[in-house]
Amino acid sequence: MLEQIESHKYSELEVNKSLSDEDKIEFLRQMVRIRRFEEASLKYYNLGKMGGFLHLYIGQESIAVGTASLCGDNDHMITAYRDHGHALAVGMSMNECMAELYGKKTGCSKGKGGSMHFFAPDKNFWGGHGIVAGQTPLGLGLAYGLKYNGEKGAALCFLGDGAVNQGSFHESLNLAQLWELPVIYIIENNGYSMGTSQQRSSAFNNCLAGRGDAYGIEWDVGKGNDIYEVRAKTKEAMDRAHNDSQPTILEFDTCRYQGHSVADANAKKYRSPEDIDYYKENYDPISVWKKRLFKESVIDENGYKELDDAAKSEAKESATFAEESDFPDLSEITDDVYYEVDNQTESGKQGKYFFHD
Amino acid sequence: MALTLYRQALNRALDEELANDEQVVIIGEEVAEYNGAYKVTDGLWKKWGDKRVVDTPISEAGFIGMGIGASMLGVRPVMELMFFSFAYVALDQMINNAACIRYMSGGSINCPIVVRGPSNGGTSVGATHSHTPENLFANVPGLKVVAPATAHDAYGLMKSAIRDNDPVYVMENTLLYGDSAAASDLSDEEFTVPIGSAEVKKEGTDVSLIAHGRSVIVALEAAKQLGEEKGINAEVVDLRSIRPLDEETILKSVEKTNRAVLIDENKPFCGVSSQIAATIQEKAFDSLDAPVLRVTSIDAPAIYSPPLEKEQIPNVSRVVDMVQKLG
Ligand SMILES: Cc1ncc(C[n+]2csc(CCOP(=O)(O)OP(=O)(O)O)c2C)c(N)n1
Ligand SMILES: [Mg+2]
Repeated sequence: MLEQIESHKYSELEVNKSLSDEDKIEFLRQMVRIRRFEEASLKYYNLGKMGGFLHLYIGQESIAVGTASLCGDNDHMITAYRDHGHALAVGMSMNECMAELYGKKTGCSKGKGGSMHFFAPDKNFWGGHGIVAGQTPLGLGLAYGLKYNGEKGAALCFLGDGAVNQGSFHESLNLAQLWELPVIYIIENNGYSMGTSQQRSSAFNNCLAGRGDAYGIEWDVGKGNDIYEVRAKTKEAMDRAHNDSQPTILEFDTCRYQGHSVADANAKKYRSPEDIDYYKENYDPISVWKKRLFKESVIDENGYKELDDAAKSEAKESATFAEESDFPDLSEITDDVYYEVDNQTESGKQGKYFFHD
Repeated sequence: MALTLYRQALNRALDEELANDEQVVIIGEEVAEYNGAYKVTDGLWKKWGDKRVVDTPISEAGFIGMGIGASMLGVRPVMELMFFSFAYVALDQMINNAACIRYMSGGSINCPIVVRGPSNGGTSVGATHSHTPENLFANVPGLKVVAPATAHDAYGLMKSAIRDNDPVYVMENTLLYGDSAAASDLSDEEFTVPIGSAEVKKEGTDVSLIAHGRSVIVALEAAKQLGEEKGINAEVVDLRSIRPLDEETILKSVEKTNRAVLIDENKPFCGVSSQIAATIQEKAFDSLDAPVLRVTSIDAPAIYSPPLEKEQIPNVSRVVDMVQKLG
């Protein structure tokens, strides 16, 4: 478990000192929105409204919110299947996200992606990827695209502590440093890949990010539950990407409160509920931030309650929206497969594309 | 008349598309300073420099995935696989990512990438280097697969592939790169061959030989022999594109000849020819005077032994024999 938060030095850094009260309240609002959205999604999942998996981000909200808060027009984000937090943090609406979970045509992917596959290219959010570490070469490619076109930006590519053992990630690290691409790999280390602890899955020297040494990549580790620290370390990495076109690996400690997915039958077996309760009581990112804002007199109990109530009703309304939306038509199954077909270009009109009866 | 070789035709297509669109970038192992393992990219690095023609480490999953990611931002990478057999270490990227991202994003993202390289046996390099995965990729909605048999089509299809906004996998053939039988008289004018259009390479009346890639060259040779020695006038249909598929040209030919022999270097189980056979029986059943027969690779991993491998993949005598079995 992490040491007690000691955030002084991070709050003193320019990246955080420059924050207005509104900014700080906004971070709180975003974290609370993510949590309330996911609590609602869990509720409706259990009522049988959704299919498949539901990987909840609850407990990790400060990482998505802290990092997204630094992103400008040329900065991009891409993550794995635990993607609801990142999606909301980049500005996707609860409605489109909840409707996607319900498999409705009003969903962000028209009901074609599901929980693990949220996308919003207009918000520089490139998914939502179901294959562990499959997004890591894609994140590299976003960085390649930025550099190719001479844009000053960064690609923030998130992955779990289990994903670091995939070959594609290591291939990506090699290419990232070899070609000096502005990618930032952000390991959200919640200590477990499904039911396997980090100790049982990874050979490591103190930390996972340290594997960057093998490639000469700059790396850093930090406490993921502290927005100031997340922002401070991410800012440094983003400066490195923007100014020197260099990659970074960041590793943030964090904790997922729920099982791996809602379908995790062993959720209470491979780690003790007491440890999680202890973390929640002492390190919960929302509580920690809230208390800090109380102390800084940025917001009070009432203000918080207002914002929390708003998030709850927004989440509830998103479920109503999803419920009332239509499922896609059967005829839409073969839409969005090929650009050329959807757009009925010359190429899209040539030959047979679909072979079902 | 100076004929252009298949490899030269590809080279010209790549060169012209590098000139036509600044977003086109050639990426792969040994494509730049070495001029390509098969010299398809010969001279391009010297002409276009480090930015446009990029040598990679041996990391197919890494660099193909990277190309897919870059394509989401509008770059148009043309990635070379030294052999299409090596796609197997990058399958996650080529199938889960390239083919599915458009769909899973509800059509909001597209991946205009080309992956190209040789997909063939017959060169005595053993099973690991002799796979022909056009059937495997054509099985995946979201992907396009083309397999040119001639220099003309290699040039025209490569240009179409690069301009296409969906992922296109171009299956070439090391035996065709320098084969005079696949060489073409290319016009100096730029042109494209549309993806999804088959072509009747030789008109005939008695049987349709339907093939793609180098099997087209085999079929043409077999048709010649059948005509000269057996008095059988075979038509040769070159699929050129596997997915999308030009069913019309296939069916028209079978409706004319009433017989079909499919020549396919894939292994028989769910090979490209399986799909063609299903289409013919479903849509041209009444035209058929005989069962649809196939000449595929003999159903074992690619054998090394050179004389045996020549028998394992479709060859002229196997095609001639099979046509005679039609009765
Ligand atoms: C290639 C692949 N193998 C296995 C899985 C099944 N799987 C999904 S998530 C997961 C655990 C990954 O853990 P981690 O990377 O730590 O991320 P976290 O779930 O903790 O966010 C596994 C084994 C998968 N989706 N993809
Ligand atoms: Mg984990």
